Amino acid sequence: MWTSVLVAVVVLLALAVVFGGLLGFAAERFKVEGNPLVDQIDALLPQTQCGQCGYPGCRPYAESIAEGGPINKCPPGGESTIKALADLLDVEPEPLDAEHGVEQVKRVAVIREDECIGCTKCIQACPVDAILGAAKHMHTVIESECTGCDLCVDPCPVDCIDMVTVEPDIRTWTWTPPKSGLIATDRQGASA
Amino acid sequence: MTQLWDFSGGIHPPEHKDISTSRPIRNAGVPDHLVLPLQQHIGDPAEAVVQVGERVLKGQKIADVKTGMGVPVHAPTSGVIESIADYPVPHPSGMADQCITLKPDGEDQWCPRHPVKDYRSLERDQVLQKIREAGISGMGGAGFPTNIKLRPPRDRKVSTLILNGAECEPYITADDMTMREKADEVVAGLKIMAWILRPERCVIGIEDNKPEAIAALRKATEGTQTEIAVIPTKYPSGGEKQLIRILTGMEVPSAGIPADIGVMCQNIGTAVAVAQAVLEGTPLISRIVTITGEAVREPGNFEALIGTPIEHFLAQAGINQDVVSRLVLGGPMMGYTLTTEAVPVIKTTNCVIAATAAELPAPPPEQPCIRCGQCAEVCPMELLPQQLFWHAKATEFEKAEHLNLFDCIECGACSYVCPSSIPLVQYYRFAKGEIRVQRAEQLKADRARERFEARQARLEREQEEKELRRKERAKAAAEAQAKKKAEAEKAAAEGEAVDERSAKAALVEQALARKKAKTEASRPQPPVADTAEEKPDIEALEKQLTQAQSKLETMQSMLDDAKAQQADNVEKLERAVAKNHDRVKRAEHALAEARGKLAARPTTESQSTQ
Repeated sequence: MWTSVLVAVVVLLALAVVFGGLLGFAAERFKVEGNPLVDQIDALLPQTQCGQCGYPGCRPYAESIAEGGPINKCPPGGESTIKALADLLDVEPEPLDAEHGVEQVKRVAVIREDECIGCTKCIQACPVDAILGAAKHMHTVIESECTGCDLCVDPCPVDCIDMVTVEPDIRTWTWTPPKSGLIATDRQGASA
Repeated sequence: MTQLWDFSGGIHPPEHKDISTSRPIRNAGVPDHLVLPLQQHIGDPAEAVVQVGERVLKGQKIADVKTGMGVPVHAPTSGVIESIADYPVPHPSGMADQCITLKPDGEDQWCPRHPVKDYRSLERDQVLQKIREAGISGMGGAGFPTNIKLRPPRDRKVSTLILNGAECEPYITADDMTMREKADEVVAGLKIMAWILRPERCVIGIEDNKPEAIAALRKATEGTQTEIAVIPTKYPSGGEKQLIRILTGMEVPSAGIPADIGVMCQNIGTAVAVAQAVLEGTPLISRIVTITGEAVREPGNFEALIGTPIEHFLAQAGINQDVVSRLVLGGPMMGYTLTTEAVPVIKTTNCVIAATAAELPAPPPEQPCIRCGQCAEVCPMELLPQQLFWHAKATEFEKAEHLNLFDCIECGACSYVCPSSIPLVQYYRFAKGEIRVQRAEQLKADRARERFEARQARLEREQEEKELRRKERAKAAAEAQAKKKAEAEKAAAEGEAVDERSAKAALVEQALARKKAKTEASRPQPPVADTAEEKPDIEALEKQLTQAQSKLETMQSMLDDAKAQQADNVEKLERAVAKNHDRVKRAEHALAEARGKLAARPTTESQSTQ
């Protein structure tokens, strides 16, 4: 009787040691560098790098969210980003914090090139290197790379940068959802 | 008899094809002006290669795609380029796009053409190049550039070439009339494509509601191995994937192309265009367009120049502006409503329906889905239209995508049967568009992140380099300082030595000078130099005297002390005191002597001056 108990204890202990060692080894061998959650959050953010959230770029904001910070500080991402973040983190979606700005339609910066004095201040301000130019030469915005972050507008000493709303053209146009205003009885009433 | 399969689903809407088949194909003639959109097919838009005001000949290339996927655009008749600007184009958005407008000069003068009767003597790539240069893109639907389609990837051998003459959508009869009237050209085009692809099997699939076309093609293909497959009329049997299923029993994989299963589908109109391009050297400058609907008095098919405004045909077909309620481009199932009659015919335009209000009434209002499941029964792609609808409506696009939303061919069968008149296809189109936008945004966000990270890395690197440079500078400065200090120290040490030496040298010099002065003083010499030499001597002597006196005093005091204490060194001290006495005496003597000399000088000086 005692021997069988002893055998059981010894076997279990041996198993515990073996698996403990295995787990310990695996934890060391397959150690994940950095926080993978930050990458996941960062992937959902719009990457405008505008700093409206109060952090210097999207990744620092992602890091703050990963540490439990609020998810409603990103105006460029708007409602859809908040929803996606809420889904990812399994928290309740909150309305956009108006303190950090409001959701706007997509815009790009355009330099009025005649007025540009070539000071390079906007080039230094652009977080994604989307402004092209050199000192004392005219600058221009690479429209396809501009994230519409506004950061170049303030530093311009001659106020020659405009934020222009992107109008949908024939190549970016998509179908609109069907309008479902009327119901059958309304229609009969309207036509009568 | 060709073995046929069936595809699941499908519907049988009223055909209305007889409206436009009673008249032969008419020539629409040359309109007042032609509008040629630079983008008439999927891929990249062409760039104009002519200038405004330039005169062009019929068939001359006026725009080409230099980089990217696309085919050139040709002048449909001779005339002058009026403008290159934005005009309304046939597009569901009703938006404008870049177009070249051409003012015909009425001469219809051809540019030189290069017909090739014996294309078999050419390389296949040369024929493909001819097809590209003729500006041929698929004339059935999306308008994929034909030369690219005819060159499938090397590992995809096309074993079955299908010519799609099903034309399943109601109202449209353009392919039907082409087959009836241009059967020989259709077969010639098929032969060219077959020669390029070398398939094992060539099939022309035609729905059984086109007996005249079947008869005409049977006659034209007599004695060849080309099969004429008569398929049962069912919408959408003319869909590429459906026709492949009917004729081969195979299914095109999701997100794949027919070449993946060794099949290729070409349109009837495309075959005619290929035949004309190779055998006659004629680029794609015209096509057959059906003008139909109850609002036109003489519906039928027109051979129209590409770029002809729709209003031009509508006038020829006798449109009754009072009864027309809407214009539909394409068929009633998959087409879209036109917002203006000014849009031109392009390479993919096959039909315009001028419908009365009774013919194509506005859709009844949408009612809630009752989960009847009819849409799933008729879906030719075996999708779940209800689920797709829920997810699209709830903007849960990921779930819709998961249910293979992108396999939907937007045939409209589900909307057609829906008892709640839900515009299902519109929801799918919306969802597809949103997903595409999201993907594009995601790509852009990824690129922005990359650029941001690259910039951060660059800034950090620059900062580090700056820091490094700063440190180097600091180090260099410290070294320089240390060196300077060392040098200064060395210099200082050397400087002292130099001072000592120079002092000694000065003393030696003084001594020499003194000696000289003494020797010279003994002889009568110019005394001016002497006085200058003598003066410091007196001072030095005075100093020597005071030093000697003070030393004597100390010695005397020490001797007094020693005597008082009866010390052993009294004798030594007495000697030292005596020595010092001598020294003082000598110094006094020297001083007195020098003073004496100095006192005597003015007299010698005055003597010499006298």
